[in-house]
Amino acid sequence: MSEKILMKGNEALAEGAVRAGCRFFAGYPITPQNEVPEYMSWRLPQVGGSFVQAESEVAAINMIFGASATGTRTMTSSSSPGISLKQEGISYCAGADLPFLIANVMRGGPGLGNISGAQGDYFQSTRGGGHGDYRLYVMAPYSVQELFEFPLTCYNVAYKYRIPSLILADGILGQMMEGVDISKVKEVDPKNISEPSWSLGVNNGRERRMVGSYDLRDGMLEKMVMERVKRYKEIEEKEALFEERLIEDAEIILVAYGTSARVSMAAVKMAREKGIKAGLFRPITLWPYPQKRLNELANKTKNFLVVEMSLGQMVEDVRLSINGKSQVHLYAKPGGSPIFAEEVYKAIEDIVKKGVKEYATVK
Amino acid sequence: MQLLNKRPESLLDVQMHYCPGCGHGIIHRLVAEAMDDLNIRTKTVGVAPVGCAVFADHYFNCDMIQGPHGRGPAIATGIKRSKPEAIVFSYQGDGDLASIGMAEIVHSAARGEKITIIFVNNAIYGMTGGQMAPTTLIGQKATTCVDGRKPEVNGYPIRMCELLSTLDGVVYAERTTVHNVAGVMKTKNAIKKAFQNQIDNLGFSIVEVLSMCPTNWGTRLDNPSEATKYVNDSMVKIFPPGVYKDITVKK
Repeated sequence: MSEKILMKGNEALAEGAVRAGCRFFAGYPITPQNEVPEYMSWRLPQVGGSFVQAESEVAAINMIFGASATGTRTMTSSSSPGISLKQEGISYCAGADLPFLIANVMRGGPGLGNISGAQGDYFQSTRGGGHGDYRLYVMAPYSVQELFEFPLTCYNVAYKYRIPSLILADGILGQMMEGVDISKVKEVDPKNISEPSWSLGVNNGRERRMVGSYDLRDGMLEKMVMERVKRYKEIEEKEALFEERLIEDAEIILVAYGTSARVSMAAVKMAREKGIKAGLFRPITLWPYPQKRLNELANKTKNFLVVEMSLGQMVEDVRLSINGKSQVHLYAKPGGSPIFAEEVYKAIEDIVKKGVKEYATVK
Repeated sequence: MQLLNKRPESLLDVQMHYCPGCGHGIIHRLVAEAMDDLNIRTKTVGVAPVGCAVFADHYFNCDMIQGPHGRGPAIATGIKRSKPEAIVFSYQGDGDLASIGMAEIVHSAARGEKITIIFVNNAIYGMTGGQMAPTTLIGQKATTCVDGRKPEVNGYPIRMCELLSTLDGVVYAERTTVHNVAGVMKTKNAIKKAFQNQIDNLGFSIVEVLSMCPTNWGTRLDNPSEATKYVNDSMVKIFPPGVYKDITVKK
């Protein structure tokens, strides 16, 4: 039985996390994600959880560090500049193998930028962001429904592999309202989850436990990092998610995530109406990137058009995936300005009908 | 024969890395004794800092977490809010607590987090090799103020107990010293009280302990009394020991 209610993106994200078992949230106000901490501040106490409005983004991520170390499902959210501030803590958490959920409701940048939707934090999210060799499990929702559903997926993967997870949304998704089928997430009661083998707290006489990210003994840091890399490899093999639309007969495949994917789908429809066989490939996880499938698609389709609200960031992953088999075009706009379907359609037309060899909005 | 004293159960039987004459070893032992006395070892989670005590997670026989420089009180907040039944302490030095972690210590105190802070003030950055600390005394030499700290260039030392005692969330703030026997005894009692306050669910407690750093002060390593003399003659004048706040005392 579906149970549909109207929700705002940021609130769906918060409610989705609570239903996925989140019981601790720490955050700091920043637009356009303020509804997330606001919602959590009254919602978490209802389920016996705890909310802290932190003095800074830096403190917030370190509260998450501490709370996650007790095995509690935790979340922090912010928007681009705030996520930059959290990077030190994220690196420590990754180094300490702690699972939790971060949400970045991206805004225009660099610097203070603006408060509109953007995708300029792709590199930061998928390449590490903080210091050292580490990865985050990164999911990119493109609807309010997915904002509601992805926290559970994130916790599942994060706890399975002991890795921090990130939901990469943007100001447009965070602020829009859509119907959400809330029956899609089966509520998790943390009381029914068994305590992890690494969590800190009242130990009742068991062996003491340590959580941390350093080891000065000769060769030990390398060993620690390489053990983690093994888990990363397994995630790359098993956890990549994507969605395909109209790609079977496609002469051109658009590659886009999040808000850009919504706009791209509208452009694909316009193209189909004009007789151009266009399709859409939507990565749902940005790390691991669905490289293998994209590479397969390049066996048949010769033109790929990457659409992103950033100046050529995800295009690097598409080029790495396709590895020269097909032409990769780029429709890129700096974050903080919306993309319009008509403009993207025009790019499709230029490539397919006018035969533009290397289409790029930024050269 | 009667056994009069032994290693506290809360302190692991491992070799510590601290320099000769350093106060950390004494303070570790006092924290461990307090944990033993209060029988809280199996429900205590300690937060190790960045600085000389970075290896504290290898020394205390309880659950330990090691986090970023200065963030101990934030980490402790996350632990305590998630596991209120646990006893949580953050062990920090002066650079960690009074410089890079100033926001975290002030706001955890203002929120009245029910945690215990052990603040070791030796007026210098030890681990990194003797740079000026936020608590370095005027005239005291450091590798980043080689002619001594000058107010017109480097400003003034920060008094944390005085500063924090103005905040309503703080139930107990005391400064002690470990440069002499009386100070060690007082420090033990203060640490015990700071833990007891948490057991009694009262609120934020901090014990600031003045400590020696012969290595980076340049006092003689083969004569630790030079360093204890510096605490006695110079440090206690700028950082007077005493109880700065104690709302647990009935007036």
